[in-house]
Amino acid sequence: MSAHELKSGPLEYRTSQGRMNILGFWIFLAAEIVLFSTLFATYAVLFGRTADAPLPGELFEIKTVLIMTFLLLVSSFTCGVAVNEMRRGSVKGLITWLIITLALGLGFLGFEIYEFAHYTHEGATLQSSAFWSAFFVLTGTHGLHVTLGIGWAILLLIQLVKRGLTPVTSQKVFIISLYWHFLDVIWIFIFTSVYLIGMVV
Amino acid sequence: MQWDEFFVTGEPLIYGAMVSIALVSAAIMFTLFYFKKWGWLWREWLTTVDHKRIGIMYIISALAMLFRGGMDALMLRTQLAFPDMNFLSAQHYDEIFTTHGTIMIIFMAMPFLIGLMNIVVPLQIGARDVAFPYLNALSFWSFFFGAMLFNISFVIGGSPDAGWTSYTPLAGAAMNPGPGQNFYLLGLQLSGIGTLATGINFMVTIIKMRAPGMKMFQMPIFSWSTLVTSFIIVFAFPILTVALALMTIDRIFGSQFFTLTGEGMPMMWVNLFWMWGHPEVYIVVLPAFGIFSEIISTFARKQLFGYKAMVLSMIVIAGLSFLVWVHHFFTMGMGAFVNSVFSISTMLIAVPTGVKIFNWLGTLHKGRIQLTTPMLWSLAFIPSFVIGGVTGVMLGMAAADYQFHNSYFLVAHFHYVLISGTVFACFAGLVYWYPKMFGHKLNEKLGKLSLWFFVIGFHVCFFPQYFVGLDGMPRRVFTIMPEWMPLNVISTVGAFGMGAGFAIFVYSIYYSLRYNEREKTGDSWDGRTLEWATPTPVPFYNFATVPKVDGPDAFLAMKEKGETTFEEEKLEPIHMPSSTGQPIIMMSFMFIASFGLVFEWIWMAVAGLIAGIIMMAIRSFDYDDGFYVKVDEIKRTERKVRGL
Repeated sequence: MSAHELKSGPLEYRTSQGRMNILGFWIFLAAEIVLFSTLFATYAVLFGRTADAPLPGELFEIKTVLIMTFLLLVSSFTCGVAVNEMRRGSVKGLITWLIITLALGLGFLGFEIYEFAHYTHEGATLQSSAFWSAFFVLTGTHGLHVTLGIGWAILLLIQLVKRGLTPVTSQKVFIISLYWHFLDVIWIFIFTSVYLIGMVV
Repeated sequence: MQWDEFFVTGEPLIYGAMVSIALVSAAIMFTLFYFKKWGWLWREWLTTVDHKRIGIMYIISALAMLFRGGMDALMLRTQLAFPDMNFLSAQHYDEIFTTHGTIMIIFMAMPFLIGLMNIVVPLQIGARDVAFPYLNALSFWSFFFGAMLFNISFVIGGSPDAGWTSYTPLAGAAMNPGPGQNFYLLGLQLSGIGTLATGINFMVTIIKMRAPGMKMFQMPIFSWSTLVTSFIIVFAFPILTVALALMTIDRIFGSQFFTLTGEGMPMMWVNLFWMWGHPEVYIVVLPAFGIFSEIISTFARKQLFGYKAMVLSMIVIAGLSFLVWVHHFFTMGMGAFVNSVFSISTMLIAVPTGVKIFNWLGTLHKGRIQLTTPMLWSLAFIPSFVIGGVTGVMLGMAAADYQFHNSYFLVAHFHYVLISGTVFACFAGLVYWYPKMFGHKLNEKLGKLSLWFFVIGFHVCFFPQYFVGLDGMPRRVFTIMPEWMPLNVISTVGAFGMGAGFAIFVYSIYYSLRYNEREKTGDSWDGRTLEWATPTPVPFYNFATVPKVDGPDAFLAMKEKGETTFEEEKLEPIHMPSSTGQPIIMMSFMFIASFGLVFEWIWMAVAGLIAGIIMMAIRSFDYDDGFYVKVDEIKRTERKVRGL
């Protein structure tokens, strides 16, 4: 609980509370890995159980998925640049790159919503079969995480404008960058085990 | 929806319960208004972030839940005492065994142990608080509102009736319409959030906030058990989160995960449930092992025998706990190979558990044993737990399980391990740390009386169930055959013995509050670990000066060297977090959201959720960094509580 501050090292690690928050968030991410693993396992178990609904290979479009993947991977990169700007002490650079990251995230979400609407139109809905339930819940949970991340980052942007870089704001930015990279890693697994494998069925 | 669908009607027992709930609530409200205690309640308790007060609130709630779950048990045992008892209808019986199981595991055992962890662990490791005090309050309120949501089901909407395991398709929308099962899903989901947060909180607390010099292998064993339990929580609870969410989506939004239509897989629920459910068994039993270890070491007046083996065996148990879940459904047709693998992994757990038993016996060996109430609970635990463990190995044999499964043999087994392991530990731990919490001991005579009623009642209740189970009596039946009657009568008598033990225990709290002498030193039992180094009641900042540690049993060493946790010249201002009403408000919105989902009133769920998210945004903008306690104030407080 002490507010002793270190004089050197990255800003976000200087208070003991900051260090504890970051460790706590790593542990939270471990729990998130278990959460997504469970969803992946569910998806694997229900794979191909499409009942009368279309097969995934009939609906998945490589083009949309590649654009989504590209947007999210680049957003992870720009998020890294944002943290780098923060380490250099530039609030302006941090805010700029964070906004770019969010724009890319929003683009990803837009494509995901378009994709879901398209599948629903073609007769593959949450209700239509076990496979499609698993598909929508797995990708939807990831999409929901992205949405929450965007809302969270907007709140942080306001705080950055108001308060500038302090041990507290920088620790918050660092934590959300961990979260954002984590979502990217999850997407890579979705891309391979859902879309690439799904396309051949 | 009509009002008579909203309120449960038609059972005199439930009308009685409604009236008593209304009367008790009115009485509490009246008392609070009459003595003008609302402000005090809000400032001192509802908004607190102090780990000790949160722990006390956990324990009070858990005791209330033990009462509720116990009443359920007594009703079940009354119904089963004689053939053709018309005390409960089949439907009502189903609801009661479901709520009994769920409440005892989720809303009694776990919160009770988490309450003890909250009070004891920061003190044991020499910390002034947990790592995230705000999150800690949030965890408590999420548990509290989850428990309330689950509990109102028996007067509003109807209770779940598919068993605490809620197997699909029985628990699915097609075969189980209505809000009952939704109460189960959302009550558990809401409190599960809090449990996960607690796990993270204690991991960081124990890893980062130990007193200077305290190495991991010098930590008191209860803190170790908390750390290992937190690991299990972090890796098991997300599985439950997903399983509950999938079933909720199935029931409310019509997805097909566990349905019989749309190629869903009901078996998948069983797998997901027990992948969480088996580790859960160790979430409630490892802290109990920690409590017994502390108590046995204190009252045998010896250092814990085989400390490292104790820690390692806990870690091994935690790892194995994730690899045995299939033994809960050997008879579901996985085939001989899968059954063999899980049979072997199940029996392996007996090895580290046996190691622990021998270590407790080793600690007792040549000790100067003091037969206090907590010690007696611990001594009663060892043979009882061994009986439960040995019958567990019998059940773990897949081939034999085809005979035992779903019989009263199984019921007897898990009550033997969970009651002698967890419930005995809750009583033992509460009596042991009671003086630390309230500044006076519990009455020893009444404590021992309640112990004898409870322990004897326990064996009378559950030992016959092994035999009636082997005789073929299945679990979850609401009426018995005449040839099972004698053993069932005995069993019911035992259950009421346990009820009497609990009643005496509650009376002893009242009696001790009035008549027992207050303590001055804080070292009630001539203790060995740091929690006894603070005065009682413990000041909100715990330690005026944090001790330096260089070995096991830190407080024993301090006493030998004549050190205290109050060295006036070394005092510095202490940084503490401020109280906040945000956690209780945020979680009451989540309660509203969950209640809306239970009745499938989507507008209400959305409104509650948005309000909850707004609360989170408010928290994000909240830069309150707490306050400093001044040296003068510390001096005044310490002199007063230490009687200097």
